[in-house]
Amino acid sequence: MSGDTKAIPSAGADMGRLLAQDVVIGGETSGPATGAQRIEPSHSPRATLAGQPTHLREAPKPEALTSPDLHREVEQFLYVQAELLDAKHWQAWIDLFAADGVYWMPVAPEQTEWESSPSIFIEDKLMMEIRKGRVSHPNAWSQAPQWETSHLVSHVAIESAGADQIVVRSRFHMMELRRDVIRHFGGRYSHTLVRDAAGALKIRLQRVDLFNSQASFDYVLQIWV
Amino acid sequence: MDPSALIQPDRVHKSVYTDPQIFASEMENIFEKVWVYCGHASQIPNPGDYYAVTIGRQPMMMVRAGDGSVHVLHNRCPHRGVQLVGNLKGNTGGAFVCSYHAWSFHLDGKVRAIPLARGYEGTAMNKSNPDCNVKHAARVDSYRGFIFASLAADGPTLLEFLGDARIAFDDMCDRSPVGEVEVVPYCHRMVQQSNWKFFMENQLDALHPSVTHQSTGIAAGRVEKRIKEEKGSAPLHYHYLSTFASSFEQWDGVQTINFPRGHGILKAYMGLRPQDPDTLEYEGVLKKAYGEAKTEEYLSRSIHHVLVYPYLSVQSPLQQLRCLRPISPDKTLSEIWHFRLKGAPEAIYRRSLWYFNLVNSPATMINADDLENWTKAQWGLQSDGGDWVSFHRNYGDDRIENGVAYSNHGTSEVVMRSQFQAWSKYMQGDAA
Repeated sequence: MSGDTKAIPSAGADMGRLLAQDVVIGGETSGPATGAQRIEPSHSPRATLAGQPTHLREAPKPEALTSPDLHREVEQFLYVQAELLDAKHWQAWIDLFAADGVYWMPVAPEQTEWESSPSIFIEDKLMMEIRKGRVSHPNAWSQAPQWETSHLVSHVAIESAGADQIVVRSRFHMMELRRDVIRHFGGRYSHTLVRDAAGALKIRLQRVDLFNSQASFDYVLQIWV
Repeated sequence: MDPSALIQPDRVHKSVYTDPQIFASEMENIFEKVWVYCGHASQIPNPGDYYAVTIGRQPMMMVRAGDGSVHVLHNRCPHRGVQLVGNLKGNTGGAFVCSYHAWSFHLDGKVRAIPLARGYEGTAMNKSNPDCNVKHAARVDSYRGFIFASLAADGPTLLEFLGDARIAFDDMCDRSPVGEVEVVPYCHRMVQQSNWKFFMENQLDALHPSVTHQSTGIAAGRVEKRIKEEKGSAPLHYHYLSTFASSFEQWDGVQTINFPRGHGILKAYMGLRPQDPDTLEYEGVLKKAYGEAKTEEYLSRSIHHVLVYPYLSVQSPLQQLRCLRPISPDKTLSEIWHFRLKGAPEAIYRRSLWYFNLVNSPATMINADDLENWTKAQWGLQSDGGDWVSFHRNYGDDRIENGVAYSNHGTSEVVMRSQFQAWSKYMQGDAA
């Protein structure tokens, strides 16, 4: 800056006249459409818009009519599932799964199977045992920095409760602290629950749809969400 | 800054990993000159399909035109500079239309219409001025369906640039009975808080796996052993993980081949030709397509993965590709893709999918520890705790024939020495 204190130049003699004119635009026009009327979707079709689903997402099913006791039992089960993860009780968490139980985190919500399309997690109890063994190993280098998670589970709705299995949906929010950085993961749980011989609930399938599964990951997920 | 002073035959100065000016110079002299991978043709099958891609520091887009041709354009309207597409991928229909003032462009980037065009009469910016077109990459080419672009008008052709590293694409495609692959439409994107070079070095660093990945290798080995005891054999995917815990001596036997321009190969070590019924069926399909001899040639190539320096790692026998997009000296995005072998039995895809899920998904039990190492390396090199990075292991013991350096020991740091020789040439403006 020069520190010059010259006056701001005048817009000229016409300025007053220009500002006095009143122009109204918009409304019906005659003649060919231009501008917004011309840039129709057909002119530039957008295959996908964030405001439209890229695939048919089912509307939430209403809660099935079940007994308050069953609802409470299922809710408490889901809370314990999340609390075991936060408390790092890995084996107790794995024990929540039925013998053929599967933990699945697909890449995208439209996925319906994991054998022929990629997953973020696809683990049976043997693979869970490897993951548990890995994070418990003294030389799991990535586990050296402080690392904690905190889950919230809510919106628990029992979609169906048959003699064989109970289908439950819920939502979760997980905060993760690693070193001094907090990350957020949120999304939807879909649980297929069964009962063991003693009548206890077990997980046949825990499907985890991260709402940010296709965003870029800063670092990776080391343990189940 | 003289790059040659930073690169010695057996060590490099730490600043090549940390200095923002060197990073800017890398973008200018390397990434914005070499042939950069944009994507696979099957990502954009239909006219109007586009994919955003970053080449060096340039936001670009790869688009399929109505005549089937592929164009790589700057994602920038020539009018006022606004980006023409706002998403990573999509279909733009018959034209790109700028969201600001509705300039529209054909899919090859040529200007199509300017609103109230008479407003440009008598000005330099009329439709016949090429400045009204979207700027395109200087050169676009593809090899076996893999599309590359170079922002430099001159320089080696794509095939000259790839050199022997083009085996990456041959090896992947030859494993299909029709010689083609198609992309699996999910891309994992991961950010590492470290310099891009750590990734490239690590890919052929055979000493690190049994140190870095021991926790996973040992945990997997324990389960694999139990399954074998119970059932006689264990699925291959346990082996994918347990191999990482092999001994130093075993890793020392896995050789590397280091080409000019920094490309390289880590030879195979996972034993991907078991004699199970799925493999035998698959080999039968290939023999029918190619005959006995060719099939044997294709399936006996000893490749774990191939590096195309400075940004690509192709694991051809398992149809995966990882592409680096450097963001800053200490931040790098990797894009991770999986491919299907057209015409191959589904079981072969599923087998490769296990590796993709276990090693390259965002919940990887392997790269978690690599990423941690590189973050710590970045911080270590940003410190004043020392100025040099050592690549002395087996220095002087490399076998060099016709410019190709073969490691006599798999763990030789010839990999890094060779990559930095290429780096140094590029940085001195020698892109040939």
